[in-house]
Amino acid sequence: MGETRKIAVTVNGSRHEAEVEVRLTLADFLRHTLGLTGTHLGCEHGVCGACTILLDGLTARSCLTLAVQADGCSITTVEGLAPGPDKLNPLQEAFRDNHGLQCGFCTPGMLITLTEFLRDNPNPTEQEVRIAISGNLCRCTGYQGIVAAALDAAKRLQGQAQQPA
Amino acid sequence: MKPPPFSYHDPRTIGDAVALLGRLENAKLLAGGQSLMPMLNMRFVLPDHIIDLNRVEGLSFIRESNGALEIGAMTRQRELEFSDLVRQRCPLMHEAILQVGHRQTRNRGTLGGSLCHLDPSAELVSVAAALDATVIAQGPNGTREVAIDAFPVAYMTPAIEPNEIVTMVRFPLWPQPHGHGFVEFARRHGDFAIVSAAALLIEDGAGKITRASVTLGGMGAAPIRASAVEQALVGNRPDDKLLRDICETCRAFDAVDDIHAPASYRQQLATVMSRRALEQARARLPSMAH
Repeated sequence: MGETRKIAVTVNGSRHEAEVEVRLTLADFLRHTLGLTGTHLGCEHGVCGACTILLDGLTARSCLTLAVQADGCSITTVEGLAPGPDKLNPLQEAFRDNHGLQCGFCTPGMLITLTEFLRDNPNPTEQEVRIAISGNLCRCTGYQGIVAAALDAAKRLQGQAQQPA
Repeated sequence: MKPPPFSYHDPRTIGDAVALLGRLENAKLLAGGQSLMPMLNMRFVLPDHIIDLNRVEGLSFIRESNGALEIGAMTRQRELEFSDLVRQRCPLMHEAILQVGHRQTRNRGTLGGSLCHLDPSAELVSVAAALDATVIAQGPNGTREVAIDAFPVAYMTPAIEPNEIVTMVRFPLWPQPHGHGFVEFARRHGDFAIVSAAALLIEDGAGKITRASVTLGGMGAAPIRASAVEQALVGNRPDDKLLRDICETCRAFDAVDDIHAPASYRQQLATVMSRRALEQARARLPSMAH
């Protein structure tokens, strides 16, 4: 093993400390060190978007980030989206209901990308959704179901926000 | 597809970063990582040392000073995208930044990283050329200014010494109101542009152009200022015929042949993209506002 460093990160609300090789990507840290294999690796050079995670609330390609750079940061992966083991969140439900996935390989990246997007832009147009997911490649769906799911999720999330507490 | 082994350094001050850069052999600066990390993963670069600038204080800011926007080298592209100051005072940069990569890459990618990587079709390099920007670099003997037209020395090679770090870029502002346009041709949204064009226009009360800037990206190693087009605009009304005629002259620029497009295709695009950028800029002039 090459040069290593001790890091501490919070992933999906849980704190983890680990000694990592400095050249280890954040994606491999999540998948191999923490066993969170929901974050997928497609191209490993920043094109496919499958490895997208939230780094301190903002999307980032975890294949283009070193684990040491995440020291002290808070990370959300696809495993952190659902409210419970048997429950999906509204975005995930919208994906299920609109055929937003087929093989599922791109889905973690799509979900994380759209989590940030719908947070910043809760009432998007179809064109805005298409631009938002333009950095995430899907080879199954032709994107139609994903776009429909995103628009449906926006509606569900707005309905949820309008419900009295 | 994993980075090769290297030693990792994360200095907190620019002075420490410059000192490390001067001391370490075969070191690479890591900014936003949206170009260097793929190159490491693909092992196109094999540095012995990575000097990570992400924890260096004082390299991320956007401020207006003496008629220019001064932007720190580690300012994220995302911060340029959402800056009110950029949108109001330098709308060309706002227009261009929306075409830089994707949201996920703009969240990490930086201004200084984009300039120093110097991809031939990088939008921010074209914006810098369009605005006659100045790059400020710090080395062991202090800071140095490099005019943007002297910044590219070869393909993907900036005029920055191996012991220097770009700290800031100064973009002279155009007076308001002015028209701006930025267009590019890529086969897919977010891809590297085959050819891009940036345009800036100012008109007098009679609708004649008093100042123009026209820049083509993607034609060669560095953006080209179409100075003959700029000169042909000044003193004239930018009607359709004039734009068509003068943009046609862009076909004469040298262009590269590569797997994406032959030179002749880029030259054809240069005539079209320069015209479209000028049309966009013209539509934003005050006299066209109604």
